[in-house]
Amino acid sequence: MTVTKLSDLAKTIRSKNAGTDKITFDIIFRERETYDKVKRSGALTPKTVCAILGIDEARLTDFVEYDPAYAIKFTILRMRPSGSPGDADIFGAQQYAPFLDVEIRDI
Amino acid sequence: MRSMKIICPNGHLGFAPLKPKSFHIGVDAGPDFIAADSGSDDIGPVPLGNDTCASPKAWQAHDLEEMLLASRRIGVPMIIGSAGDTGTNSRVDMYVEMIREIAAKHALPPFRIGWFYSEVDKELVRAKIRSGSTIQGLDARPALTEEELDATERVVAMAGVHPFRALLDQGCDVIIGGRSSDSAVFACAALARGFPEAQSYYLGKVLECASFCAEPYGAKETVLGEITEDWVEVTAMSPEQRCTVASVAGHAMYERSNPFFEYVAGGMLDMTNCVYEQVSEKTTRVTGMEFVPATDFRVKLEGSGKLGERFVGMAGIRDPYTIAHVEEVIEWARTQVRERFGPDGWELHYNVFGRNGIMGDMEPLKDKPGHELMIVVQGVAPTKEMAEEVTITGTRQLFYARLPDVKGTAGGVSFVLDEVMQASPAYRWTLNHTMAVSDPLELFPTHTAIIGNGQLEAAQ
Repeated sequence: MTVTKLSDLAKTIRSKNAGTDKITFDIIFRERETYDKVKRSGALTPKTVCAILGIDEARLTDFVEYDPAYAIKFTILRMRPSGSPGDADIFGAQQYAPFLDVEIRDI
Repeated sequence: MRSMKIICPNGHLGFAPLKPKSFHIGVDAGPDFIAADSGSDDIGPVPLGNDTCASPKAWQAHDLEEMLLASRRIGVPMIIGSAGDTGTNSRVDMYVEMIREIAAKHALPPFRIGWFYSEVDKELVRAKIRSGSTIQGLDARPALTEEELDATERVVAMAGVHPFRALLDQGCDVIIGGRSSDSAVFACAALARGFPEAQSYYLGKVLECASFCAEPYGAKETVLGEITEDWVEVTAMSPEQRCTVASVAGHAMYERSNPFFEYVAGGMLDMTNCVYEQVSEKTTRVTGMEFVPATDFRVKLEGSGKLGERFVGMAGIRDPYTIAHVEEVIEWARTQVRERFGPDGWELHYNVFGRNGIMGDMEPLKDKPGHELMIVVQGVAPTKEMAEEVTITGTRQLFYARLPDVKGTAGGVSFVLDEVMQASPAYRWTLNHTMAVSDPLELFPTHTAIIGNGQLEAAQ
């Protein structure tokens, strides 16, 4: 069994606002094989992504495996709308970092 | 087969300047329309509430000038949505005036300009609530209350294709839109030429962010979309970029919670069964999109409400003991503000960079702060004078925090500036809702005029 970091497998790992009240995360792969391998590994599921961000699963509004783009995509509700005072990431563009180091076990 | 072409040079006109080289290649490809959206709710609630732009006027003028000169030279309409970042009435008027100035500067032959407004009178929204027509919340928000409406400074409605089509039908050469959904800026042109809704809205969807649907990554480059009855093709105009199956399919999910569905005023674009095909090196063709008309016509509303005046301060920490007790340091400063101003009527926000300043409670490493921290302090209060004092107290008292075992008794934090800075007032998004309307045009009054000889003249 080999263990690889998600950042070594994915072409793109990003986060961005989806409207004023949500942040959406995209993890995109170059090839179908890698995408399938990550899906099979079970490392990215509604449960695990919430655990990684330390949030209640009720805040996860969407979790989609998007085959046309070889992408895993999920969306969370913000605690407060974007740009409220104290929000340090108005665009939601720097919330993806904890996913770079997710370990993918090849099974 | 009958087809039509649109080029889009910028996914958010004005936010950063378009790249002229790929734009000129796009213009030479003979488009039927030149179009771009100029707004976004990404910029936070301040510009809408304050009725200001997030983009510098010089960059807006740069892009409007490039687009206007090209569109008049090749004789095709130019369409802009969400003028000036927010699409408020003042931003629409500003863009119309900028178009007049550019036309005068270049002595352009007369042309017809059309514009529409998107601001919604709060009393109209109140009347809807009182009539029992619920203003439904989006994204888990509750229905709008009158109390929340009262806390709102300004409301804009998100136009669909309808006001754009009305202005195209009146023969406008240039259209400046108030707040609009991105895809409508392009879909309106395809619908006006008789193309099906599914393909038209998909064309809008894929073009709205310009070169974000191309690879390698490079923003503000022009892309060209072509539509027929059966398919949409998108082609990168930059010599360095291509529109690939991966880049086009990938863009379908950009900035939205679900990659399959795109809601617009009047219906929903369903991309579940889209098929992507690389038809040449720089071009991808998409088929299989569907459009589902809505049963009732609801328009999205955006609203921003003022919380108060705002100042910002900054303080750094290097002492590892102080870093380990930073929460106590912050609490000391808060207590000093509480003693001066009482328990409420003001806000203090602390972002502790080097610990969890960016991700807050979601930061997995929040228990492992770095060897130095930067605390950004924001103070909010009803007046500028009070906001300044709240912020300077909340910042400077970090310096005087009383930690029992600290060795450095000459000052607990470092200052880049021993002052606080006035920032934009603090606002919050109060409306992210939808409202039922009976006529798709009722919230979006349209106007036309002739621009010629440096003047804006009433259209005949």
